[in-house]
Amino acid sequence: MRDRFKKWIESSSAWESIIVAIPYVWLFIFFLIPFFIVLKISFAEYILASPPFSTLFSLADSGAMYMTVIFDNFIYLWEDSLYRDTYVNSLKISVSSTILCLLVGYPIAYGIARATPTAKKIMLLMVILPFWTSFLLRVYAWIGLLSDQGTINSFLMWIGIIDSPIKMLYTEFAVYVGIVYTYVPFMILPLFASIEKLDMTLHEAAADLGSRPFTIFRTITIPLTMPGIIAGSLLVFIPATGEFVIPDLLGGGNVLMIGKVLYSEFNSNQDWPIASAVAIVLLFLLVIPMMIYQKYQAKESSGA
Amino acid sequence: MNTQTDNNNLFADQPWLDPERSPFVKIQSLTKTFGSFTAVSSVDLDIYEGELFSLLGGSGCGKSTLLRMLAGFETPTSGNIFIDDTDMSNVPPYQRPVNMMFQSYALFPHMSVEQNIAYGLKQDGIAKNDIAERVENMLTIVQLTQFAKRKPHQLSGGQRQRVALARALVKKPKVLLLDEPLGALDKRLREQTQFELMNIQEQLGITFIVVTHDQEEAMTLSTRIAVMDQGRFSQIGTPTDIYEYPETRFVANFIGSANMFEGRVVENGADYVTVKTVGSDLSFYIDHSAAVRENTAVWVALRPEKILVSATPPEEQSQYNSVEGVVDDIGYLGNFSIYKIRLANDKIIEITHPNQSRPKHGSHLAQWEEKVYLRWADHSPVLLTK
Repeated sequence: MRDRFKKWIESSSAWESIIVAIPYVWLFIFFLIPFFIVLKISFAEYILASPPFSTLFSLADSGAMYMTVIFDNFIYLWEDSLYRDTYVNSLKISVSSTILCLLVGYPIAYGIARATPTAKKIMLLMVILPFWTSFLLRVYAWIGLLSDQGTINSFLMWIGIIDSPIKMLYTEFAVYVGIVYTYVPFMILPLFASIEKLDMTLHEAAADLGSRPFTIFRTITIPLTMPGIIAGSLLVFIPATGEFVIPDLLGGGNVLMIGKVLYSEFNSNQDWPIASAVAIVLLFLLVIPMMIYQKYQAKESSGA
Repeated sequence: MNTQTDNNNLFADQPWLDPERSPFVKIQSLTKTFGSFTAVSSVDLDIYEGELFSLLGGSGCGKSTLLRMLAGFETPTSGNIFIDDTDMSNVPPYQRPVNMMFQSYALFPHMSVEQNIAYGLKQDGIAKNDIAERVENMLTIVQLTQFAKRKPHQLSGGQRQRVALARALVKKPKVLLLDEPLGALDKRLREQTQFELMNIQEQLGITFIVVTHDQEEAMTLSTRIAVMDQGRFSQIGTPTDIYEYPETRFVANFIGSANMFEGRVVENGADYVTVKTVGSDLSFYIDHSAAVRENTAVWVALRPEKILVSATPPEEQSQYNSVEGVVDDIGYLGNFSIYKIRLANDKIIEITHPNQSRPKHGSHLAQWEEKVYLRWADHSPVLLTK
C-alpha cells in the first residue's frame, strides 16, 4: 500500500492531478461551502437566538429527519418594493458606472498601448499606483474634495464661478465619481492587454481599403478588442453592483444600493435569513452576465 | 495611320521605350528621412500603365519605405508622387487609387474570407448586390469559392495569400502595391503562385508594383526591375538588362552570382576593350567599347554559367579570355553542379555546368584536384567602372 502510494506520487500524472486539483479544492473550501451555508440560512426562519436562524434539518422523536425549507424570505424580497427598487437602482448605478469606466478607460488604455516602451512602463505604474494606498483612505479623500466646504467648492467659490457651494457629497453623482475612480484601473488593464496585441497593420489595411479613421475604429479596433472590453466590464460591473463602502461613505442615506441593505440586515437588524436571501439573489444577478460571457467566448473560440 | 499602329505594336510590351507615352506613376526626387537616417534618397522613377514593376533590394535598402509612401502610410520628407497625373501629396491613404497587399497579409481575423474581400467595397458605398457579385467574381479568380465562409485562421498560407490579393484587387485599383507577396510561402508554392500572379495581372491589366528581396521572384515576375541600395536605385531595367548588362558591381553581385576581377584597361579600341587583371596573367578581351581611359582601374564581371570548361588544352592558344586552374571543390545540385576552380594566384572562380548525362553514362566534367582549362566568349565579360 505504501509502495503503491510512493509509486503514484513519483509519477508525473500524480503531480498533474494535484496541480489541477488545487484551484478546485480552494474554490470548494472558500466558495462552494460558504455558498451552501448562506443558501441554507436563506431558507431558514428568523428567530431570537444565537445564531439567529432556525435549523433546516431536525430530528423527530421517531428518529426520522425533517427538512424545513422556507421560501418566505425570497417571497418577501419580491413583494417589498424597497428591495426591488434597491436591486434596480444598484444595477442602474453599476451598469452606468461600467459604461463610464469604459468611456474613460478606453482612450487611456489606447494611449498607453501605443506609447513608447519607457512611457508605457511609467503610465502603467501610474494606473496601478493608487492601489498602494488603502482603498478606504482614497474614498475618504473624496469626501474632502466633494463636501460643501471641500476643495472643489472652495476653489470654485474663490474664483467666483459660484456663490454658494454645489451639493455634490451624499448624492448619486458622488457615488458615480467614487465607483468610476476606484474601478477604472480594472477596466484599463484588460483593455490595455487586448489593445496592445492589436496588429497595427490591420489599421493600415483598413485605411488602404478606404476606411476613414472612425470607421476603422468601429469596424476593426472595437471588434478585435471585444475580449478586453468584456473582461474589463465584468471586472467593474460585478464588484460595483455589490459595492458597500462607496455608497455608504459618499452616498450617505440618499443612495440605495444593495450592499448597504445587505449590511444593515446582517448587522443592524440581525436578520440573517433575509440578508442571506438578498445575497443569494445578488449572486444570481451577477452570474447571469458571466454566463453570457462564457457562451460568447465559447462561440468565438470555436469559430463560425 | 499605319505608322501609328506600328508604333503601338512596337512598344506594346515595352511602354517605357515609347516617347509618346506618359508614365502612370511618376516619382520625382522623393526623399524620406527618419531622424538622421535616410531611407529613400532623392529617387526618380517612371512606371507605365500595365507594368509589373519590381523594387528589388536587401533589407533596409528603402524599398518598403518607397512602397509605403506610394500607399500613403509615410509622408515624404520631400519630393512628389503623381499617380495618373494627380499629385498624391495631400491625399490620405483611404482616398488613394491604390491598394496594397501586405507582407503579413493583414487579413481581418474576425471576418470571413467573403467579408474580408467585401470590406473595401462596403467603404465605397457600393450597392449590396454589386458587392456580392464582385466578391463572387474575385473568389472565382483566386479559386477560393468553397472557402468563402471560412475565417482566416482556418486557411493555409497559400489560401491566405490569395485572400489578401483578392481583397486588394476587388476594388479595381489603378495601381496594386505588393509587399513581399510570396515571402511567406514555401518554395514550391512560391513558384506556382508567381505564375498565377502574372496571369491575374495580365487578365486584369492593373499596374503592379512589387517589393521583393528575392531576385528570382523579381526576374520571373517583372516587366522591369529597379535594384535598390542604400535608398537609391542602382539600376533600372528589364530582367535581361539587369542580369546580362549590370551597370555596377553591386548589381552584378546582387543579381545572380558573378566572378569579379579587378584590373586595368590596357587598350580601348573602337569596338573593344582589353583589361589585364591585377596579380595574374589573365587578360580580358571585351567586345564592346566603353567610355574609359587606358590604365584606369576597372572591374570585370563574369557569370559562372558563361564559362566553358574542358579537361584538355584548347587547340588554339589565345592571350585573352582563357585561363587554367585546378578543381578545388565540386557542389552537386542535381540539375547542375558548381565547380570552384583555383587559379595560379589562388583566386577561386565559380563555374556552373549542367549535368546533361547521368554519371554512369559519362563521368562528370572534372574531378577534385584535376587540371582544367577555362575559356569564354568575347561577349561574356562585363566591364564595370562603378
